[in-house]
Amino acid sequence: MNSNNKNNFNITFYLLIVPVLIWLIFMIVIPHVELLISSFQIEDDMGERVFSFGNYIEFFSQKIYWLTFVKTAAYSIAVTILAFIIAFPIAFYLTKVTSKKNAGFLMLLLLIPLWVGELVTVYGWMVLLGDHGVINHFLITIGIINEPINMLYNNFSMVVGLLYMSMLFMVIPVMSTLQSMDDSLIEAACDLGASKWDIFTKIIIPYSMPGITSGAIIVFMLVIGDYLAPNLLGGKHSLWFTEQIYNDFLSTFNWNEGAAFGFLLLMLSSGIIWLALKLSGQKLEKVGS
Amino acid sequence: MIRSLPSSPLYRIGYRIYVFLFFTFLLMPLIAISVLAFNDSNFISLPWNGFTLDWFFSATDERQGLFADEELIASIFTSISTGFFVAVMSTLVGTLAALLFEEEEFRLKGVLYFLALAPLVIPGVILGISLLLTATSAGNHIENTFGLDVELFRPSYWLVILGQFSFCATYVMLLVSARLKKFDRTLEEAALSLKATRLEAIWYVTIPFLRPAIIGAFVIAFILSFSNINTTIFLIGSDPTLPIDLYSRIRFSSTPVLNAVSFLIVLTISGLAIINFFVNRSK
Repeated sequence: MNSNNKNNFNITFYLLIVPVLIWLIFMIVIPHVELLISSFQIEDDMGERVFSFGNYIEFFSQKIYWLTFVKTAAYSIAVTILAFIIAFPIAFYLTKVTSKKNAGFLMLLLLIPLWVGELVTVYGWMVLLGDHGVINHFLITIGIINEPINMLYNNFSMVVGLLYMSMLFMVIPVMSTLQSMDDSLIEAACDLGASKWDIFTKIIIPYSMPGITSGAIIVFMLVIGDYLAPNLLGGKHSLWFTEQIYNDFLSTFNWNEGAAFGFLLLMLSSGIIWLALKLSGQKLEKVGS
Repeated sequence: MIRSLPSSPLYRIGYRIYVFLFFTFLLMPLIAISVLAFNDSNFISLPWNGFTLDWFFSATDERQGLFADEELIASIFTSISTGFFVAVMSTLVGTLAALLFEEEEFRLKGVLYFLALAPLVIPGVILGISLLLTATSAGNHIENTFGLDVELFRPSYWLVILGQFSFCATYVMLLVSARLKKFDRTLEEAALSLKATRLEAIWYVTIPFLRPAIIGAFVIAFILSFSNINTTIFLIGSDPTLPIDLYSRIRFSSTPVLNAVSFLIVLTISGLAIINFFVNRSK
């Protein structure tokens, strides 16, 4: 009986692990090994792929490449911080301030832009911000301005698009940590005469740190890997590092250089995320939950 | 400051204004495209020229509405069937992964779990290009060795499905794991002590408990697939999905039919969100 039972456990274990292994090995591990190998290859005159550091040398010798790389990293960090500043009061409002009924309805409104997908919302911003767009039309009609303001195809519209598509991913994890926070912590602090600022910085922020870290990592990831907002909303000068990768793969067909850029982007994003996890003392396992 | 505490009127009003502005910012683009989908104009922007349904039903050369545009309809169906296969595959594998990581102990579990979470921190672009590189290498290898041309290894319908599956499975795993954490393991043990096999216990006890999460995860996987562009764009073959088709139209030939399609997407998603709202409330 005992051995029979053990056998059953084994069969179940293999039924569970084999599909998962196939997924992880063939869809995650092998492709990224292939990415790394390709990044160290170039095509020689015969069209054969040979080992070379050429792609990486190209990256460091061309100013435009590493400048875009640094700019993308800096903008992504800035957008993540902005997303936190905008989203935190909303998460707090939905969990602690407004009634449960209101919060349910507002959550419904939050989910719609999240699920509609980035393309539709980026397109929506093009319609709003364009020279003949809704906002300019409105401002001219009510007589505030005479000439349309250039709002589209610059860094401003790019940041608006990046914030819009990422900030809700900050609201939701912060909400879930705030939901588990006992209101009496805030009430006690208030009874003891703490100011709003003290309550906020010494109680609420430390308590919601796990949610903030999860949110920040997801926002940062989405922003640094984004293509649509920089491509459709950004201007000629709003170069984003992912655009270099897209160009290499879809226009100039220099796949090996694209692989090297992809690998650099992967290193950059995992490096910054690793640093964020270390600084905040969080674990990646927590980010998912 | 919170519900139970009094606060000054200035603070309360200020806070409400902020929340109001935030939701205005959030809904403005969706409202704008939804309204303009009915504008009787050949341009995607204002002024408002009156109400029309042309951008849905008209079939003239000047105005080709959504339902007269065969290319668009074809890409909508491609997206729906892609989303369906992606949702089925990732729900299956994601649920197995949740059971594996929550209920089993084995060597290298930490490493495998880390890999399963990796798609959360790998930009979609990178998943796309690394799968494209791998598939191309594999395809070339097979062609040189066996002289076979396998469609799966070229940018194609099925390669898109595999690419989207690779990250959707992670989200399914997380959603199902979250519910599995609330599962009372003694129920499974009770089934085992009543001589159910482990598989029977999972099938008759654990899976019914997980059902709401599994259904929810299926819908999320479908939505993720339906709206994905970052991974898909590298793997796409001859039949574009809806976002790819819309993307090339936005770049090269915008007509108000884009507003009509966007409106339909917003409408469908709002419907789903409302269903989700009532299901959650009745719980």
